[in-house]
Amino acid sequence: MTEKTPFVEIRHAQKSYGSLEVLKDISLTVERGEIVAIIGPSGSGKSTLLRAINDLDPLTGGEIILDGVQVNKSLPHRQYEKHINEMRQQIGMVFQHFNLFPHLSVRDNVTMAPKLLKGISGKEADKLAEEQLAHVGMLERIDYYPSQLSGGQKQRVAIARALAMQPKLMLFDEATSALDPELVEEVNLVMKKLAEEHMTMIIVTHEMDFAASVCDRVLFMDQGVVVEEGPPSKVFKNPDKDRTKEFLRKHLEGSK
Amino acid sequence: MDIDLMLRVYPYFLEAAWVTIQLSVLTILLGLACGILGAAGRLSRFALFRFIAAAYVSFFRGTPALIQLFLLYFGGPQVGIQLDAFEAGVIGLGVNIGAYMTETMRGAIISIDKGQIEASRTLGLSRFETFRKVTLPQAMRLMVRPLGVNINAQIKGTALVAAISVVELTYTAQRYIGSTYKPFEMFLIAGILYLIIITAVGKLVTFIDRRVRLP
Repeated sequence: MTEKTPFVEIRHAQKSYGSLEVLKDISLTVERGEIVAIIGPSGSGKSTLLRAINDLDPLTGGEIILDGVQVNKSLPHRQYEKHINEMRQQIGMVFQHFNLFPHLSVRDNVTMAPKLLKGISGKEADKLAEEQLAHVGMLERIDYYPSQLSGGQKQRVAIARALAMQPKLMLFDEATSALDPELVEEVNLVMKKLAEEHMTMIIVTHEMDFAASVCDRVLFMDQGVVVEEGPPSKVFKNPDKDRTKEFLRKHLEGSK
Repeated sequence: MDIDLMLRVYPYFLEAAWVTIQLSVLTILLGLACGILGAAGRLSRFALFRFIAAAYVSFFRGTPALIQLFLLYFGGPQVGIQLDAFEAGVIGLGVNIGAYMTETMRGAIISIDKGQIEASRTLGLSRFETFRKVTLPQAMRLMVRPLGVNINAQIKGTALVAAISVVELTYTAQRYIGSTYKPFEMFLIAGILYLIIITAVGKLVTFIDRRVRLP
């Protein structure tokens, strides 16, 4: 009899820059296939928390555990490098500003990491690129360069690039915040598709409608703590905490 | 202006121009090697390497190249470094331009957006793989033009070795003034030959820059 352990577990996450505490003892678990949205005002620590999950912004205290393995182990430099690179291969990340590699074609953006880290090559790599790009509706742009794509297209390629490593978990850091309004939908559709395929996702977002429609659970963060969490119907429609209410009210006014 | 004289003596300058070209190529190659090492040192994780590279850059950029040459050529024998004038010229100027190239290369590397490195690291690439596959290919494209500026300066800088009597263009012009008493014509020939070399190299740099430019 093994006890059921959570897929992603964040234990007492704490981060400070000097005397400034950005994350104050946050604990959180995410089940396999679950989709969690993190919302909150800027400076609330939501991006920092997300970026701590793959140790891009290392915590100053606490543990991140993915599928039973601690991500942010403290190890000697070389061993840490090896360990974190293995962990990161299992965690896809999508950035606000896409961060596609401008010197590589769309195809090579998708296949660079699998070629280097999984030893695939030639036809196999081409097949992988085609599959992943078809999945996000970007197959016809396979031989373009990032500079030749719109923001929405870039972000779809960035998602394909992350998925090409076959991650267990996907992190989205305000994936649509830098997009023109008319380009948001195409990226949201790709994310919805991933949700339907039961990809485990943690999504930092400003888009409440999107969060409400795809997420299983919403976390509202403010000043380094999780103020409130629950299903979207609860957090958005009927929040308990005043801070949540105020944030949602301001947000609604702002988007009018 | 004595054009007939210029036409008569210019073939002797071509040989000197060839020496200038050799000096330029050798000093630039040495400079690139020093630049790579210097930039690696400046960007190293280890404080000692950073310190050595910073000291190198500040010495060679902070003192006149002519003093560096004199120090090596005239002062060298005193501390057991025996070099002929050409060798001293190549080493002195090469190490000097390497300090400028260090800063050019370092500047290009650190100008690559941090998001690029993050994207690569989150895919699971190591620091070294990230440097090789993401940072360096982008930085090298950015380096072409500024290295072209360094190279341009270096070709003109080879004139300094006339002061330690290497028989290159500037020295040759001075020598022919001694026999012709026509400084305007002699320096004009030398100037035109420098211009031809520099224009050709400038075109090459532009060509390379176009070739590597991203769509």
